[in-house]
Amino acid sequence: MKRMIGQRAAASFLALLGLVVLVFFLSRLTGDPAALYLPIDASQEMLENFREIHGLNDPLLVQFGNYVTDLLRLDFGESIRKARPAIDVVLEAFVWTLQLALITMALVTVTAVVLGSLAAFRVGGLFDRLTSLISLVGASAPDFWIAIVAIVLFSVQLGWLPTSGTGSVWHWVLPVAVLFVRPFGLILQVVRGSMISALTSAYVKTARAKGVRNRPIIFVHTLRNAMLPVITVIGDQAAAMLNGAVIVETIFGFPGVGKLMIDSILQRDFNVILASIVVTALAIFIMNLLIDMAYAVLDPRIRY
Amino acid sequence: MTDHLLEVQDLSVQFHSAAGTVNAVNGVSWHLDRGETLAILGESGSGKSVSASAIMNLIDTPPGEITQGRILFEGRDLLTASAEERREINGCRIAMIFQDPLSHFNPVYTVGWQIMETLTAHGRPKEEARSRALELLHRVGIPEPKAAMDRYPHQFSGGQRQRLMIAMALGLQPDILIADEPTTALDVTVQAEVLALLEELQQQTGMGLLLITHNLGVVAETADRVVVMEGGRIVERGTAREVYHNPRHPYTCKLIAAAPGKGEMRDSALSGEPLLRLEKVSKSYGTFTALKGASFDLRAGETLAIVGESGSGKSTLAKTLLRLEEPSGGRALWEGEDLFAKTPRQMARVRRQLQMVFQDPTQSLNPRMSVFDLISEAWVIHSEILPRAQWRDRVLQLLSQVGLQPEHAARYPHQFSGGQRQRIAIARALALEPKLIVCDEAVSALDVSIQAQVMDLLAKLREELGIAFIFIAHDLPVVRDFADHVIVMKNGKIVEQGTVRVIFDNPREPYTQRLLAAGLDPDPDVQAARREAREALERRAPMQEPA
Repeated sequence: MKRMIGQRAAASFLALLGLVVLVFFLSRLTGDPAALYLPIDASQEMLENFREIHGLNDPLLVQFGNYVTDLLRLDFGESIRKARPAIDVVLEAFVWTLQLALITMALVTVTAVVLGSLAAFRVGGLFDRLTSLISLVGASAPDFWIAIVAIVLFSVQLGWLPTSGTGSVWHWVLPVAVLFVRPFGLILQVVRGSMISALTSAYVKTARAKGVRNRPIIFVHTLRNAMLPVITVIGDQAAAMLNGAVIVETIFGFPGVGKLMIDSILQRDFNVILASIVVTALAIFIMNLLIDMAYAVLDPRIRY
Repeated sequence: MTDHLLEVQDLSVQFHSAAGTVNAVNGVSWHLDRGETLAILGESGSGKSVSASAIMNLIDTPPGEITQGRILFEGRDLLTASAEERREINGCRIAMIFQDPLSHFNPVYTVGWQIMETLTAHGRPKEEARSRALELLHRVGIPEPKAAMDRYPHQFSGGQRQRLMIAMALGLQPDILIADEPTTALDVTVQAEVLALLEELQQQTGMGLLLITHNLGVVAETADRVVVMEGGRIVERGTAREVYHNPRHPYTCKLIAAAPGKGEMRDSALSGEPLLRLEKVSKSYGTFTALKGASFDLRAGETLAIVGESGSGKSTLAKTLLRLEEPSGGRALWEGEDLFAKTPRQMARVRRQLQMVFQDPTQSLNPRMSVFDLISEAWVIHSEILPRAQWRDRVLQLLSQVGLQPEHAARYPHQFSGGQRQRIAIARALALEPKLIVCDEAVSALDVSIQAQVMDLLAKLREELGIAFIFIAHDLPVVRDFADHVIVMKNGKIVEQGTVRVIFDNPREPYTQRLLAAGLDPDPDVQAARREAREALERRAPMQEPA
């Protein structure tokens, strides 16, 4: 297990390095921040001064060298826009995204697994057809549309929930609910399919021949076996959410890392772009590691 | 009105599918009493397992439907009982064990937990379940029962897993044990041990044993009475002796005639330069040596059988000499040239002379290729053999050679039965006009009557084409009827080799003697004598089961 973690960490470090190189140079292609931050009639001197302060006058390779040396000291540089350390800006936003992703994925996992398992037990039954329909709609409806409809209905028409922002528990309801829909539909389908094939396994026959009741057959015998492919999809969906739910965050004015990334690209806030890439990449690496460990916990035949 | 412990009366089960309705069993009746063993004998598709599934409420409805009949357990009809009543009977009063215990154990729970579950599912407290499970593990002969409780199914050998399965079934001392092909996947020596264990437990507990099998030898060894099934109907019934010695139905006669091991043994008088000479061939995987210095000669047209239990290295030997696995040492001289020294390009040229037929034709035939494509692919690779214009005729010729019809060329593997698929695999091997065909358990997965047909085909090809065979098998009677020479392997080593007559009539090595003694003869009287011989051997030196 330790060896597996070491190997993954080494591979991820290389990938991260490649990502930093790519993003560093690509972001420089978007243009000169000075033109964006200074007034349109700023003098040549002012422009030079701005570039000097932010280290934009050096040749590109020197800038890159400086950036990497700073990075090794865990210094991600300053945000041009906020005049604060870029990493602080990113971590602040990332905490919001992390909470949003964790809450949503926890709800998705529990509901999709329970409903999917029950649907699989009576394939073609009313409950199965109902959940299949709901999950199909959920997996295929665009989230911006759901978000807007939800705001119109619950905030504007009924006035039950705030339209956007943060502050109270109620502010979380709509973003979580909208983010919930698509992964719920997808994971429910995977759980159902995986459970259907697991329920035809020989060991289920054995359990029935032993006189085991239906509920433990579903939730003890079959579910643990059926979870392996499900976990892969859960990880995949969680990774997408950790990258920031750009659309949902934008619509609900939610200060997460997705919104921050888009803003930083538009504002040519290079250090913030890079810092958010590094932070989310690390988060995804850790999550993939957790998923591999979950495999080993669920299935004793898997050993690293 | 009935005195029997379990009685199936006029049972009919249908399965509905898009392709139509299949009558799996049709008006089947039989009964089982305390302390006796009833065998249901039949080939695949005969419906032999269906009545057992009906007893255990394991038939899914739909697609299954029980259209008529009664299943009386102690006089009470199970088919009209509630689901909860039947659940209470399952595992507690009637228990079942299956073929292939690996897939019938849940892979993610410990065996201790799974054995205990038989008791806890019926409301017994956990502590009682634990001590009973330990006792059972001890009883069925699992070494270190305490440690075994916390291990997972994949950590045991095939024979041990079947013992564990038996332990799991016996948790609550059921009145009836149903065993569905309990020894089919096991080596002969392990098969004999498992059957002996079942019998011993039956004598102690007085349970009724229902044994479902395709193997006449298993019937001869264990059954008091037997019913023979074909196409969902019972065609013959009686005591095991009566049925074997005086079969009345043609199907029973055919089954008994098809059982291998009764023909003349071959006396080969081949001499001259060997076609293939193996010198101290070895193969290691990491620190594990799967093959330890194997040497033998094979002459053109000769049939060499390699026998041994699973894990003895017989398949490794075949794969290594064909360089499907890279050898770790030794030489394999094919017509005087070392196969192991050849470059991949040179090897590809030689390969057409060395062909292989595998155990499972369902897996060895690409399901997306038609029979024509499967057979003619050989000529795509070795284009020098046959110009494209003649492919069609040659494929048809090969098909008729292996007993298939011309119209089969356009069909796909799934449209054939298991025996027909193996014929296709043989035709594919013949397409390259090989001098040697390696058959790795090529008839093991087939029903006895089909097996006999395929063996006849191989013998015919041997006579007509002079092909040499390396015939890997665990089924000794088949080897006895087919081989010229026999190699006996154990733990990666050749322990004995000789002509088929020497090996079968005068085996020197105790291992070979045990292997032969463990084989089951379809004749109940012969089997009874053989059993005494085996027990005598056991008393001299108890057999250790490989871990």
